[in-house]
Amino acid sequence: MSNLELKQITKRFPGVTALNDVSFDVQDSEFFILLGPTGAGKTTTLRVIAGLERQEEGTVLFDGEPVDNLAPAGRDVAFVFQQYSLYPTMSVYDNLAFPLRSPLRRTPEGEIRKRIQEIAEVLRIPHLLERKTAHLSGGEMQRVSIGRAIVREPRIFLMDEPLSNLDAKLRESLRVELQHLQKTQGSTTLFVTHDQIEALTMADRIAVLNLGRIIQIGTPEDIYDRPVTTFVAQLVGTPRINLLKSNREDSTLYIMNSDLHLPSPHEYTVLGEFLLGIRPEDILPHPEGKFAGQILLTEPLGVQTVVHIRSGEQTLSSLIPGMSTLKIGDNVRFNILAERLHCFTLDGKRVQR
Amino acid sequence: MATIELQKVEKKFAELHAVKPMDLTIQDGEFVVLLGPSGCGKTTTLRMISGLETVTGGKILLNQRDVTWLHPSQRDIAFVFQFYALYPHISARDNISFPLRAQGESKEEIEKQVKEVSALLRIEHLLNQRPGNLSGGDQQRVALARALVRRPAAFLMDEPLGALDAEFRESMRAEIKRLHIDQHATTVYVTHDQIEAMALGDRIVVMSEAVVQQIGTAAEVYYNPANLFVARFIGSPGMNLVTGHYVDGVVTIPGTQNRFSLPVGWRKPVDETLKESKEIILGFRPEAAQLNNAGKLSGEVYASELQGAFAVLHVNVNSDDIVHIRTDRVINYPIDTVVHFDLNPEMVRFFDPQSEAAIQPEVGA
Repeated sequence: MSNLELKQITKRFPGVTALNDVSFDVQDSEFFILLGPTGAGKTTTLRVIAGLERQEEGTVLFDGEPVDNLAPAGRDVAFVFQQYSLYPTMSVYDNLAFPLRSPLRRTPEGEIRKRIQEIAEVLRIPHLLERKTAHLSGGEMQRVSIGRAIVREPRIFLMDEPLSNLDAKLRESLRVELQHLQKTQGSTTLFVTHDQIEALTMADRIAVLNLGRIIQIGTPEDIYDRPVTTFVAQLVGTPRINLLKSNREDSTLYIMNSDLHLPSPHEYTVLGEFLLGIRPEDILPHPEGKFAGQILLTEPLGVQTVVHIRSGEQTLSSLIPGMSTLKIGDNVRFNILAERLHCFTLDGKRVQR
Repeated sequence: MATIELQKVEKKFAELHAVKPMDLTIQDGEFVVLLGPSGCGKTTTLRMISGLETVTGGKILLNQRDVTWLHPSQRDIAFVFQFYALYPHISARDNISFPLRAQGESKEEIEKQVKEVSALLRIEHLLNQRPGNLSGGDQQRVALARALVRRPAAFLMDEPLGALDAEFRESMRAEIKRLHIDQHATTVYVTHDQIEAMALGDRIVVMSEAVVQQIGTAAEVYYNPANLFVARFIGSPGMNLVTGHYVDGVVTIPGTQNRFSLPVGWRKPVDETLKESKEIILGFRPEAAQLNNAGKLSGEVYASELQGAFAVLHVNVNSDDIVHIRTDRVINYPIDTVVHFDLNPEMVRFFDPQSEAAIQPEVGA
């Protein structure tokens, strides 16, 4: 496989700058995920890399060589789309063989057979090879689509929200399989999604994109634990991070419109008003907790419970393991994990420790 | 407010048996969720309650009154659809007051009601806007306000959050629940999203293939699923289900050294259920497994996922079965690492592979 580098890519469409000075690199064998909301520029990025769009500025490099002057076919990338683009009248076998039989490749049939057997094992679809693709379930079709991309051993995989049309259960299991496949095959993969859980669970590294700009690049832990802006902090994690307008006076943080105040971690340089970020799992009900509030709502989700706690005019969400026995209207005491607080300026930039 | 009772209600569309005879009693003020995958019959059931669909058999009682053959407008039920169904050419205020004007309420009364309901839903500042200028979440709030303002005997909601972005869905879910706690209106809510069902429902009716699979609280369907369908469908990921070979109180996972002894209280019911058969399905939730170097069960890591506050380790226990184990998020194992784990005996369940039904432990065990 190959590594990929984007250097200062800018792409304009009439009236809109779709990509604004985008730079990142994907290492050989890395699972790299571009995460962002609709309109962030994720798909445009993939299309520029594939050669389907021409950027106004910047360079795309594969293994250190610019590919800007290569046509899409010459770039040797494989695309997997949200909609499976399989030939419905052909068997799964013929769909998988299709890229290998192209006039550009002319792979011998014996070799095709061997390669397809391998891929089918990996994707757990050997029993489906003779079936027409029109008779497959959504999950099976997406597996075949992925198979068709893998079969030709391209330099780089580009995946555009391949799981988002599938139902929740299927998405969950394909997520696990895709990650396993990528790791065991060592394929260089650039995967695009708006779904934070896909990004956190599968990626080696994540680039957060918004309005055509890269906001942050890092491992899932970096993105979750050290978001550089409130946008990133709110994009990852469910329930969402609590963001509370706060005030620091001397060595105390006061959460405004509430009775909550806590000792300021002194390494923060923030003074005056700022936004305090607290992940719901860092708010822990405890009989002898330092803080007090009232249970506004509980949402039992099985493996965990979301508890909405009211303090003054503020509502905090807390995430606790298991099925909570807390009742709506109860008074509750809780602790806040001071070492996991996040501080942001009022315009949303992380205050570094 | 209202009680709703379904007695052997069923629906056939030509060849298709969309809902097989079902019984359900919904208490006054209760929030009941009909949950299942598409095509399970949940929306048809809701439509029969509303009167938008006739029944093929059975009876529907509203406050003990037989409404089976009453027109929808005579049932005093409000419907909230997935799509906002707002009139685009009139303001949010006029959309909300529409049902009251249709009922010929006085101007003062209408104003009072609209004011109350819009305060409740925090949309006072949007009343003069047209729906097209509102976000998806705000449009759904206006639709809810329009349903609320009628003060109907019961609410029927058909995937009201289905069309919203993930971020809105979460906050609207909490608002709907909060609203229910304030108003205590009897509510029947349809969704295919098990998380929504768990978060909202006082009770959940799990449906599949036109049949009610289980009726219970969130804790009941989560901890004590009635059958394999419910065990798989509830939870994210669903319950781990591993087929084992059963002999004399011990379950062995074929092709492995993994052996698990039945906890106290299971031996008798398992022996009685399985009789001569030696196949059993062992079920446990991802949080019921604890990694432990001296653990009795083992497997090889297939994948690991950071899920934010925690991580999930996917472990191959044999060539057929991957189990999901919830772990502390700092743990990160490379693929193929052998890990050992134990199961919390109180959280282990057993299923009969023939009937797919849960085996019930002895009472008090």
